[in-house]
Amino acid sequence: MGDVLKGVNRRGVLKGGAAVGGALAVPTIFTSNAWGYTNEPTGGSVTLGFNVPQTGPYADEGADELRAYELAVEHLNGGGDGGMLGTFSSKELGGNGILGKKVEYVTGDTQTKSDAARSSAKRMVEKDGAIMITGGSSSGVAVAVQAYCQEAGVIFMAGLTHSNDTTGKDKRANGFRHFFNSYMSGAALGPVLKNAYGSDRVAYHLTADYNWGWTTEESVKDFTEQQGWQTAAAVRTPLGAGDFSQYITPVLNSGADVLILNHYGKDMVNSLTQAVQFGLRDKQVNGKDFAIVVPLYSRLMAQGAGENVKGIYGSTNWHWSLQDEGSKAFVKSFGQKYGFPPSQAAHTCYVQAILYADACQRAGSFRPSAVGAALEGFSFDGLGNGPTEYRAEDHQCFKDVLVVKGKENPTSKFDVLEVVEVTPRAKVEYDASIFGGELGEFNDGA
Amino acid sequence: MSTATAAPVSKAIPQVGEPKATSKGDLMTLAIFIAVVLTAPIWAIPIGAGYPDLLQKFAIFGVFAIGFNILFGLTGYLSFGHAAFLGGGSYIAVWSFKLLGMNILPAVLFGTLFGGLFALAIGFVALRRSGIYFSILTLAFAQMSYNLAYSVLTPVTNGETGLRVLRDDPRIFDDKSGGYDGTLIGNLFGLEMTGYTAFYFCASVLIIAFYISQRIFRSPFGLMLRAIKNNQTRMKFTGLNTRPYALTAFVISGMYAGLAGSLMAVTDPLAGAERMQWTASGEVVLMTILGGTGTLLGPILGAVSIKYFENIFSAYNKSQLLDTFSFLPDSIAEPLVSVLGLFVGEGWHLTLGVLFMLIVIYLPGGLMEGARRVSAMLRKRKAEKTDASSGQTTPAE
Amino acid sequence: MEAIILQILNGLDKGGAYALIALGLTLIFGTLGVVNFAHGALFMLGAFVAVTLNHVMTLEKVVLSETETTAWGTPLEIRTPYIEDWFGETGAFLVDYSVPFALIVAVPFMLMVGIAMERGLIRYFYKRPHAEQILVTFGLAIVLGEIIKKFYGANPIPQSAPEAFAGSIDFGSGIVYPYWRLVYLFFSLAVIGAVMAFLQFTTFGMVVRAGMQDRETVGLMGINITRRFTIVFGLAAVVAGLAGVMYTPILPPDYHMGMDFLVLSFVVVVVGGMGSLGGAVAAGFLLGILQSFASMQEVTSILPGIDQIIIYLVAVVILLVRPRGLLGRKGVFED
Repeated sequence: MGDVLKGVNRRGVLKGGAAVGGALAVPTIFTSNAWGYTNEPTGGSVTLGFNVPQTGPYADEGADELRAYELAVEHLNGGGDGGMLGTFSSKELGGNGILGKKVEYVTGDTQTKSDAARSSAKRMVEKDGAIMITGGSSSGVAVAVQAYCQEAGVIFMAGLTHSNDTTGKDKRANGFRHFFNSYMSGAALGPVLKNAYGSDRVAYHLTADYNWGWTTEESVKDFTEQQGWQTAAAVRTPLGAGDFSQYITPVLNSGADVLILNHYGKDMVNSLTQAVQFGLRDKQVNGKDFAIVVPLYSRLMAQGAGENVKGIYGSTNWHWSLQDEGSKAFVKSFGQKYGFPPSQAAHTCYVQAILYADACQRAGSFRPSAVGAALEGFSFDGLGNGPTEYRAEDHQCFKDVLVVKGKENPTSKFDVLEVVEVTPRAKVEYDASIFGGELGEFNDGA
Repeated sequence: MSTATAAPVSKAIPQVGEPKATSKGDLMTLAIFIAVVLTAPIWAIPIGAGYPDLLQKFAIFGVFAIGFNILFGLTGYLSFGHAAFLGGGSYIAVWSFKLLGMNILPAVLFGTLFGGLFALAIGFVALRRSGIYFSILTLAFAQMSYNLAYSVLTPVTNGETGLRVLRDDPRIFDDKSGGYDGTLIGNLFGLEMTGYTAFYFCASVLIIAFYISQRIFRSPFGLMLRAIKNNQTRMKFTGLNTRPYALTAFVISGMYAGLAGSLMAVTDPLAGAERMQWTASGEVVLMTILGGTGTLLGPILGAVSIKYFENIFSAYNKSQLLDTFSFLPDSIAEPLVSVLGLFVGEGWHLTLGVLFMLIVIYLPGGLMEGARRVSAMLRKRKAEKTDASSGQTTPAE
Repeated sequence: MEAIILQILNGLDKGGAYALIALGLTLIFGTLGVVNFAHGALFMLGAFVAVTLNHVMTLEKVVLSETETTAWGTPLEIRTPYIEDWFGETGAFLVDYSVPFALIVAVPFMLMVGIAMERGLIRYFYKRPHAEQILVTFGLAIVLGEIIKKFYGANPIPQSAPEAFAGSIDFGSGIVYPYWRLVYLFFSLAVIGAVMAFLQFTTFGMVVRAGMQDRETVGLMGINITRRFTIVFGLAAVVAGLAGVMYTPILPPDYHMGMDFLVLSFVVVVVGGMGSLGGAVAAGFLLGILQSFASMQEVTSILPGIDQIIIYLVAVVILLVRPRGLLGRKGVFED
């Protein structure tokens, strides 16, 4: 922030203060001194910004994220049953907020659009004094908001974002991601698909025509080809095509015996439903049963495809049926409050909020550079994914990856997926430099 | 005309809320407008909008809507593709940052020019048709731009992720030596475009844009455009080719859109394809109609209200509502909050939809119509007082 | 060769859907002169009639288990659908055929919605500028969408076709096509045919067509055109709603689907030509078939991204070659 800005603001603040009787707290972005940092909390509370899609196609996922955040805030402030705070390997958090300050929060609507997401992140930082921004349900939004947080000097804890770019070529020092990525999906799926379908298979890709689709297609292609599979074709489909029939019919006679749908959200629901209608799941090609694969599964979305997901492989970051202590504690806490189990989006958001709070506690400060340093290289356990590490080189969490399959005999409408295999972390790890990009320096802002 | 029902856009839009078209009245309007815009950081605080980003958005979308109104308000041509110029302006501005450096002047200049050129190309084709055929042509061009920018043009637009300035971009005029910290923020000869500085820059542009639009409205050219709207056929019978005039208006409004797009990049060096989507084109149409088509101030009012609703209503959540009404007993507060909760946070779209309907049902002519009615009422009351002796009231317009 | 045949089938299927959605819209355009941005919302409402009926049919008796608990520690709910409880096999059959049954429910429901919309809102806008019609109907579309979202959430809700139509037909030599899509194609042809015949061969239709040509004269002849126009609006709503019901097994519906189809349906109507039913149908099929062919790999490898823009490109070309679309009449919606 330049001096000019400060001058303007002091004046503006004086006038404004006179106008409204000085009753408004002004975020420290405008008032702090050179040693401070953006929105340094001064009172007895600290404000977090939850930026989730509340309108548009991912609104349900956003609503679930928000539920998880509210739960996390409750637990951080010592309410409820404490959820995963009890199972978390780090015991710094004592249920008295963060560093003794009560946790408060503000919310915003990303609309799953970069502009709207940045706008609402800016509001939370500029007006509401948020010290950290978290949430989101798509990679485009995550990358855009992460870049903003870097400029503004606040920490960004990404929500659901699966593209390699978020912690690859678009990574930023102030940004951290707990969710897994396309590369890990591919690495985990490859061997499982080989075990399930053999190594002599021909795959046909339908790929959503944007960054995430391309990186997913690339990863899955690489790893299945390593298992001896061939790729018949990789066809790009427009985002939000609705009816995919014109892309599905060429699959029928292409000689391929596996269809890989690199689609997410509504596209996935529609293309999968329609592919099943075209009889692909019951088809025989080259003397083998035809198979469909969905690299990134979301349980919440998979419910939209109903019966059609049965027997279809994919990967997921977390699933509520996991039996480790952390997952059980979280499912119990969430389920008792809301009456249904949390989604993977809710899980990753809850974990991100807890991890941020814990890092502040360990760093003894809310200063982004200190918090970031506390997160870098941090190893922990008990948050539902087994032993996990926040890699310092790219701020990506490394943990086991779940390969799942649509359940044949679901017992409830939430019981859509079953975990087939837990791929150990070592098998999905990669060198931080392969995707390019650079983190740069932490920015404390102000 | 086959049916009497398909009323032309023109007839029913009253010229409301305008001070008389004298130069004195115009100067007054301009002076008040400048004062209101420049004091925005103060008066916006009580309504919760007093922070830089939203004020910048007010100014930028104000520019966009003013420009759109020059086309739609004056000529009656309803374009459904203006987002293409907005998005195009943004892309060009960011490319100017990437190649030439972070100075905003070339970015704004090229963005505006590109908006104009793009509009010239599209307008040249689309203006061959009128009415809804014109609307669909502009929509088609904008949707093609959007779909391509999102997918196959990714090398130029960076697709879904959006185009951003990177540290290793050429930026040939930037001094990259000697401890330059590499913050990629637009600047005006060293003055960084963040926070209120950026707002005052956008506000200055808005004032200039408003002034120009005022001049256009009052000029013979503006008169000609209105004539096109009122009766194109009659104009043609007089032997006058109206298309060059309409095309000029289209290009001017395209330049406004390009300008607004480049301002978006100035305040936030990023450009995404979704700025070109039909919903974005539709938004500016809604802003203009909501505020009052064909009025000078209406479109800006419309832009401010829509952006205000988008940013402020979406920000409320249940716990804040409960806090607000904590002074009420629980038995009243809880049902109240659950009803109000429908309209804020995730329900802000509902508020917007209801607002659209209420305004258009009760205030045909938009917010400016409301302003006119209020002022007419006040004037009437005043007139009743002063004219009490003569027993006559001056009819309000 | 089979690839071509399959794409023609796809195109016809898509075209049927487009034509069916556009039919009601062009009817409202042509007769009432109203730009109805809520038409997509009517389509969406129709789809949710099917969803609602399915929900009602599968209402479940919930008994809390005394012994078992869920993963989150609350008592497990044992759910049995009432309908199977009461009717046994017949109940299961009813649930299976919930989508076709929804058609029966949708007709009166959509008719009511349409008439209510016309009487309560649209009729006040006949003489208002198009811009205001757009604003009010767009507002209405948002409100309808949000109401549905409030009840059903934002995620798509799967609807299945009856078991008997679930699979696909094998025509031999590699041509396989889903039953339900063929059903949809024939259904759309039947509805289009019925609407056309109704307007062509009944007195009512004759008056409406005359009204489309010259409303005032028809009014002067002492014919109550207003009441007929109300019914036309109801009819358009019914057609949109039926299209929505039948589309649910192909596209799991969500509250936003109306908006997704809005732009497309306008393009179809305008390409067909304002005020022409036949034009809208022809444009629907033309765009559907071209879109299918443009998506073939052989085409996209030469012209990358063509499948993304083909509809708009065709719209531009047609509107430039034919000033009023395929079959549009002079003077309608041109000012």
